[in-house]
Amino acid sequence: MAALLDVKNLKVHFHTRNGLVKAVDDVSFSVNAGETLAIVGESGSGKSVTCYSLLDLLPKPPAKIEGGTAMFDGEDLLTCDKDRMRHFRGNDIAMIFQDPMTSLNPNLTVGEQLIEPLIYHPDKARRQDRATAKLRAIELLNEVGIVNSERRFDSYPHEFSGGMRQRVMIAMALINEPRLLICDEPTTALDVTIQAQILDLIKQLQKSRDVAVIFISHDLGVVAGIADKVLVMCNGVAMESGDTDKIFYHTENDYTRRLLDAIPEGAKTMANRAQSENLVEVSNLRTWFKDFSGPKLNIVKAVEDASLTIKRGEILGLVGESGSGKSTLGRSILQLAPTTEGTVTFDGTQLTGMSPAKLVPWRRRMQMIFQDPYASLNPRMTVFETLAEPLLYHGIADKNTVTEQVQQLMDDVGLARGHMRKYPHEFSGGQRQRIAIGRAIATKPELIIADEPVSALDVTIQAQVLDLILELVERHNLTMLFISHDLSVVRYISDRVLVMHHGVLIEQGDTEHLWANPQQDYTKNLLKAIPLADPKSERARLSS
Amino acid sequence: MLRFALGRLLQAIPVLLVVITMTFMLVHSAPGGPFSADKAVPEEVLEALEAQYNLDQPLWQQYISYLGDVLQGDMGPSFKYPGRSVNELILSGLGTTAELGMYAMMVAIFIGVIAGVTASMRPNTAQDYVPMTAAMIGICMPSFLLGPLLVLIFGIHLEWLPVSGWNQIPGDKILPAITLGTGYAAYIARLSRGGMLEVLSQDYIRTARAKGLSEFLIISKHALRGGLIPVVAFLGPAFAGLLGGSFVVETIYQIPGLGRFYVQAAFNRDYTMILGTTVFFATLIILFNLLSDMLAVWLNPKLRQQVRGE
Amino acid sequence: MNSNSTIMAAEKGTSLWEDAWIKLSKNRLALVGLGLLIFLCVISLLTPWIAPYGYEKQDLLMGATPPSAEHWLGTDVFGRDMLTRIMWGGRVSLMVGFIATAVALAIGVVYGAVAGYVGGRVDAVMMRLVDILYALPFMIFIILLMVVFGRNLLLLFFAIGAVEWLTMARIVRGQVMSLRKQEFVEAAHSLGLSQWIIIRRHIIPNTLGPVIVYTTLTIPSVMLLEAFLSFLGLGIQPPQSSWGLLINYGVETMEEYPWLLIFPGIALSLTLFALNFLGDGLRDALDPRTAKD
Repeated sequence: MAALLDVKNLKVHFHTRNGLVKAVDDVSFSVNAGETLAIVGESGSGKSVTCYSLLDLLPKPPAKIEGGTAMFDGEDLLTCDKDRMRHFRGNDIAMIFQDPMTSLNPNLTVGEQLIEPLIYHPDKARRQDRATAKLRAIELLNEVGIVNSERRFDSYPHEFSGGMRQRVMIAMALINEPRLLICDEPTTALDVTIQAQILDLIKQLQKSRDVAVIFISHDLGVVAGIADKVLVMCNGVAMESGDTDKIFYHTENDYTRRLLDAIPEGAKTMANRAQSENLVEVSNLRTWFKDFSGPKLNIVKAVEDASLTIKRGEILGLVGESGSGKSTLGRSILQLAPTTEGTVTFDGTQLTGMSPAKLVPWRRRMQMIFQDPYASLNPRMTVFETLAEPLLYHGIADKNTVTEQVQQLMDDVGLARGHMRKYPHEFSGGQRQRIAIGRAIATKPELIIADEPVSALDVTIQAQVLDLILELVERHNLTMLFISHDLSVVRYISDRVLVMHHGVLIEQGDTEHLWANPQQDYTKNLLKAIPLADPKSERARLSS
Repeated sequence: MLRFALGRLLQAIPVLLVVITMTFMLVHSAPGGPFSADKAVPEEVLEALEAQYNLDQPLWQQYISYLGDVLQGDMGPSFKYPGRSVNELILSGLGTTAELGMYAMMVAIFIGVIAGVTASMRPNTAQDYVPMTAAMIGICMPSFLLGPLLVLIFGIHLEWLPVSGWNQIPGDKILPAITLGTGYAAYIARLSRGGMLEVLSQDYIRTARAKGLSEFLIISKHALRGGLIPVVAFLGPAFAGLLGGSFVVETIYQIPGLGRFYVQAAFNRDYTMILGTTVFFATLIILFNLLSDMLAVWLNPKLRQQVRGE
Repeated sequence: MNSNSTIMAAEKGTSLWEDAWIKLSKNRLALVGLGLLIFLCVISLLTPWIAPYGYEKQDLLMGATPPSAEHWLGTDVFGRDMLTRIMWGGRVSLMVGFIATAVALAIGVVYGAVAGYVGGRVDAVMMRLVDILYALPFMIFIILLMVVFGRNLLLLFFAIGAVEWLTMARIVRGQVMSLRKQEFVEAAHSLGLSQWIIIRRHIIPNTLGPVIVYTTLTIPSVMLLEAFLSFLGLGIQPPQSSWGLLINYGVETMEEYPWLLIFPGIALSLTLFALNFLGDGLRDALDPRTAKD
């Protein structure tokens, strides 16, 4: 039997100002009806470009398809003309995108966008009138799990949550009953519990319709449960492809091996270094914001009545989904966000209510690492200037010793000394995060609050940075509050864990104890939703 | 929406009051009275004149009584055209200026939007460069230069079109409308190109393509609405600019409109006329800013619901 | 290893400014604009020494003559050399452009920076005031000022500057607001750096780009406003001259002596072109979105 889609020797090049980029270089794969192919790779691997080129969705220029064929049901997608392509788009081949917040038109109702593929069908004979199309759309909205679908039909996208919008996108993709569904990182922008729901939904719809699926992801854990075949890509080249079980359990490729090894798994391997002394004590902390942006003054209750202690030498994990207030809590402890009520005590001294000038000597003893390595460095300062600033300001170095101290810091965080005069935009994400970590440890602090320090990084880089953090904690006797939405990462790094939900700390405990015996329903759901890079257990979980 | 409009109108009242007060103070602090420019007028005639126009009263009294008159829609008598009120003068020029402004606005929006949208569809190609270079020329060729040049070419040299008057010879409205509208067409072209490029790079346009919609539908249904929001927001300021432009265009083409009255009043130091026209223009400008704001809100469903929800 | 030799060995990075300059130098139109602008500025500065004829030198017997070898751009009805008059007029036009923009820059940057940095209620009130001022019909006010107080150059600078600062304030405020929320500014706070150091080292250098771009684009709009007022006879007053005033005179006699209209018109339009192309080029070169890849 011929494959539904058979891609051979696909080559896509980008002709940019800085020269030629071979985004996809000689990639071949095939998908059969009813089968799920996962394309996995880190950023810049060419996995999305591969799929966009199938539907002619790349901006040309700079993109150019340099060679190859993509036979879909006997026709080459790469050479067909624009009119013919419209017959494929949304009809035979449909697509779901990464960010549901921006993928729907904010100016049109959800219903209007849903029925468009039906009422403007390129094949005039298959066009439907609005009334029929609306019935069909409502039926599909029900199927993807949107309650009150008849009323929601006339709502605008901003009235839906992220997960709900992705359900709408899925309904829209399925409305013409395509034979191939391409999902481009459909769960990456979603919280872990919502991700699990969307994965379930895709799997279930695929089974009931026998549609072929190409699932693009950077996360091997996400595809483990749903893929029949996996294609691993790196820098535009196909590294390995084969059955899911073969890739996960018997890979022969070094890069795949590295990807699998980089996934944080299991318990922390290093000893718990916590001492009995409390370094930080937070009691009944409350952080509210006044929001002046709207027409009315709006009060955002980011943190409600939080009490916690951080012991000297321990790594305390703080987990929560987006909007849970975990970042604000971290900033409130450092006195970077104004607290409304309650106290924060650091090494026996109360910080809340202290004037900014009085806080300066304390700031030297507690530092922060931020999430986005692109935003956390001043783009107009060199590495040297960034690292020298805290050293000189706090009098740790003087003009004569500063160069040497900066060099030592660079050694400490694994940056080449020769890069000292370069600017942030000349570094990769992982290197930038190393610079930011270097700035945080420059003042030899005792406490570091790390706010999602690895979530913007690729998985192999993430593993390196996590190891660097663990190494620095050991070497410099640091105490750390590690904030993350990624439970696997938190388990890998923390001695003790706090769970935050809607601004409230709902549960805490030693990491392994909490993983084994979660008390709150929310925590249980959170732990259950973690995708594992183990196809057998994932399949069992999805089918349950 | 109604409450939003009313709220904004209420906010406009202090603005208007500031305008009236500032204008009044400016005009009355002018060196030399309104009649001092005239030839030696006998003392008693001057006094009689001043009494007739209430100029012998203290300033604050004049201000209060003027404010009272304006509230009732009475802008007072003209200094320079005895026996005629400012209201009459404004009304006599208003129709002409409104018609000119409307044609100019049509020229501006029609040409501007088409040029901008066309350019945005194929950025960095000839289809982009040609209209955008034309727009740049339009911006760098102010109306007081373009107008005389058009007169020179089409009126005097080629003798195709009449070069002065309004509503007297067929075709005498063409050159003034083009002169006034061109600069704004150029601005609108640049704004709509920028807005469209912004929208066309959005993810939801990619979604619309992936659905198999035609390019025409993508532009007209998905992109135009968001892409033209900068243009809509510009309409208020553009209106104020058109009023200013009408001073020049009406002077060049000798059109008996409000703009020319205003310039003449400024030269003649016809204080009540200046005061009245300024207040009138300010009201119009504030009104049009409000309209363009409301249109922008109405085009954005999220804002529209916030407004409705209040 | 001795630390000095490592500095020598360190590769030098490309700062965003250098990067922007590289991009700008690839934009031919912007470079032409920049060159033309520099040329005009030099000519204006040197006018008293290099102008071919005296500014007031009349030759009533000669009257208006078309361009010739003695008078490259012809003479006006009083027999005055047009090239000389355009050069002197350009001095005034450019001066108004630069000084009024400087006024707008000074007010706008300070106002916008304070509103953006302090934020909260102060910002809400300050921006509300800007909104109200936006609604005022400024062009009419300037005309009124000129009518009432006479055509005074100094007043003109301040009147125009007072209008143009509003947009500058909005731009700077938006920039500072978004910078204040950036993680690198937060990092500076967490290092305990003083407000002044944060403003000087982290905020100001990052707002310069948009400010430069908008300044470049404000100059032509100011020059246009001046020319507009002078054309109406409400701006620059004879014996001083500006391009707007020259165009005004040119219009009166354009049927007989078209060169009296065309040459000042070309001078004004070319300058506006140069500034606008340079501004557009700077915007592309300094756009942080194009800087990333």
